Amino acid sequence: MAGPDYPGLDTLALHAGAQPDPATGARATPIYQSASFCFPDSDYAASLFNIERAGHVYSRLSNPTNAVLEERIAALEGGVGAIATASGQAALHLAIITLMGAGSHIVASAALYGGSHNLLAYTLPRFGIETTFVDPRDPQAFANAIRDNTRLVFGETLGNPSLDVLNIPAIAEVAHAAGLPLMVDSTTTTPYLIKPFELGADIIQHSATKFLSGHGIVIGGLLVDSGQFDWEASGKFPTLSEPYEGFHNLIFTEEFGPAAMIQRARKEGLRDFGACMAPTSAFHILQGIETLSVRMNRHVENTRTITAFLLEQEQVTRVGYPELDGHPDQTLARALLPNGCGAVFSFDLAGGREAGIAFVDALSVFSHLANIGDAKSLVIHPASTTHHRMDAEALAAGGIGEGTIRLSIGLEDPKDLIADLKQGLRAAGKAAGGSR
Amino acid sequence: MRIEVNSERVYCYTNSRDIDRNKPSVMFIHGSGMDHTVWTLASRHFARHGNNVVSVDLPGHGRSTGDPLVTVEEMASWVIAVLDALDIADAALVGHSLGSLIALECAASYSERVRAIALVGTTSPMPVSDAILNAAEADDHAAFDMLTQWGFSKRHQFGGNRNSGIWMIGNTLRLYERSAPGVLFHDMRACNEYTSGTDQAAKVTCPALLILGAEDRLTPVRSTRALQEAIPSTMVEVLPGAGHTIMVEAPNAMLDALHRVL
Repeated sequence: MAGPDYPGLDTLALHAGAQPDPATGARATPIYQSASFCFPDSDYAASLFNIERAGHVYSRLSNPTNAVLEERIAALEGGVGAIATASGQAALHLAIITLMGAGSHIVASAALYGGSHNLLAYTLPRFGIETTFVDPRDPQAFANAIRDNTRLVFGETLGNPSLDVLNIPAIAEVAHAAGLPLMVDSTTTTPYLIKPFELGADIIQHSATKFLSGHGIVIGGLLVDSGQFDWEASGKFPTLSEPYEGFHNLIFTEEFGPAAMIQRARKEGLRDFGACMAPTSAFHILQGIETLSVRMNRHVENTRTITAFLLEQEQVTRVGYPELDGHPDQTLARALLPNGCGAVFSFDLAGGREAGIAFVDALSVFSHLANIGDAKSLVIHPASTTHHRMDAEALAAGGIGEGTIRLSIGLEDPKDLIADLKQGLRAAGKAAGGSR
Repeated sequence: MRIEVNSERVYCYTNSRDIDRNKPSVMFIHGSGMDHTVWTLASRHFARHGNNVVSVDLPGHGRSTGDPLVTVEEMASWVIAVLDALDIADAALVGHSLGSLIALECAASYSERVRAIALVGTTSPMPVSDAILNAAEADDHAAFDMLTQWGFSKRHQFGGNRNSGIWMIGNTLRLYERSAPGVLFHDMRACNEYTSGTDQAAKVTCPALLILGAEDRLTPVRSTRALQEAIPSTMVEVLPGAGHTIMVEAPNAMLDALHRVL
C-alpha cells in the first residue's frame, strides 16, 4: 500500500526548514547576525537553559539562520537532525568526540580526503583515539579491523583520489553486526546523487563548502544523524546511554530517543569545543542548496562530456571515473549512484611531473587551486601541490602518479572547458618533449 | 524509573527524580505508536516547576514490556494501576491523541484520582480511516507515512522547527518505525472503537483543557464541538499554525497553555 508522497528533493531543497520570517514576512531566510537572544523573563530564560522550551540562547549553541540550514540538510538526507559546523573537518571531529573518548578506535577507509586522514592518523592518536585504515573496496577488511574498543566505521561515498565507490550496504552490515554505526562523508555526492541513510549508513558528514554551496565563498560543515542506530542496544556508547554529569545527569537516549546522538553533539560538543558555523555562512550555503539538483545534474553532464573527451586523447593514459569501463567499481556505481558519480575525478598524463605542471599552468578557464565543488571548474596537480612531499613510490601507493591531474568540473559551457583542456594538453606535450 | 504493573515492566520518565508525596503530580500519556520522548520538553518544565512528573510508556511501547492494551478503558485502568504503584493519590493527566482519550476516560471513571486533564490534539469520537487501519494491521510502512504526513500542519511539512536542528518529520517517522509490529494497529483500533467518549465527557468534574492545533488534519478543530459541549466548563486553546503533533509543532505555546490547568 502506498502512503502519501513526501515533498520531493527539489522542493525540500528550496523550502525545508524555512518559513516566511515571522517578524517581517521576509521570504528569504534572514541572516540573524546576533550573538545572543533576549529572554522575555527569568522563567523563560531558565526554561531555555533547561531544555524545556524551543528557542535560542547564544549563537554558538544555535542560531535561527543555522537552524534552517540544519533542518534542510536533515530533510534532504532523511535524518532526524543536523548540526551546522565551522567546517567539514569540524563536523567529523564533532561526531567522533560525541561517540568516544580516549582508548577508543575507529576503522576507516584508507581512501580519505587528506584533512580527514590527518585528523585520524596523526592528531587523534595524541588524544588516545586510534584508527586502522583499510581497503575501502573490501568489506571483510573492515570486519577484520574491528576491535573491542572500536566505536565507529568511517568512509567516503567516493574515495579520494581514485573514486572508490563505498559499498555502503555491505559495510553497514559489517558495522551493525559489531554494534557500531557507519558514518560516511558524502561531500562529493550530496543527497542528489546518493542517500546514504537509505543504504544503511547512520551518520553523514558534509563539507558544505563544496557542492552543497557551489559558489566557493564559505567554509562550513554539516553533521547529520539518521536516528536509525540503536545506541542502547549496542551498549558501547555511554555518552548517549548513561547519565551526563555535564547536564544534570541527562541520559540522551532516554530523553531524546532517535535524536540522542545529534542532541548530545549540540549540548556537549558544540557547547564545549565551539566549532559553530557563522550565520552568514549558513545563509550562503542555503542559497547554494536551493539550486542543488540543477547544478549537480549539470556538473555530472559536463563531467561525462569531459571524461569522454579525455578518453580520446593519446596523451591521457587513464581516466578514473566510476562510470567508465575499466573502473573497478563500475557495477557498484551503477547500483548506488545511478544519477552520476560526481564531478571530481583524476586522470593521468603521459610525461610525468613536468607534463602535469605544464598542463596546469596552461589552463585559463580552469582555476588552479586546492578545492572542489565550485560552480567554476578547478584543477590541481597533486604531485606538485597537495602531495608534494611524496616521492614517486609513495605517490603510487596512494594511487597517484607524477602526471596525475585532478579536475573538479564546473558549470561552464563544456566546449570552453574542452578548448581549455586542449591548451593544457598542447603545453603538456611540449613539456614532455613531444610535438603535439 | 522502572516499576512493575500487572507483572510487566513499566517505564516512567520522572526527570531522574523520586516521587515526592508533598508535590502535585502530572502524568503525561503519549499517543499511538509513540513513547515518552514526545513529552521531554514539557515534563522537564513541570518537573522544575515543583511537580512530580511521570511520563509513561504504555505497555508494549518504548521501554515498557507486555502486549499493547486493546481498549481505551483498559488503558485507563492501567494508568490508575501505575498511579497506585507509584503511590500517587491523584494526578493531573496530560494526554495526546490516544493519550487524550485515556486521560478523558480516567477523569470520567476514576474522578477521585484525577485533579485536572489536558487533552492535546484530541477529539471524540476519534474515527480512524480504513486506509490507516488496514496499513497498520499489515504493519505496512505506509501507516507511518500517513500518520506522519497528516499529523503535521501543511506548513510544517517543510519544518520550521524552533527546536534547533531537529527535522520534526524525520524524528516522528523514526519513532513510529521504532514501535514493535502490531502496536500501532492496536492503538489506532482503540481510538477508532472508543465511541463512548462524549458520554464519558459529561461525567468529568475536574478542570479540563483542550489544546487544539488550528491546522490539525487528523483531529480537526471543527470535530471537537461535541466534546467541548459535553465537558462541563471546559477550556479551549487553539494554537495557530499547529497540526496534530502539537508537542513538536508548538512546544512553547503548548507549555503556556498547560499552565492554565497545571
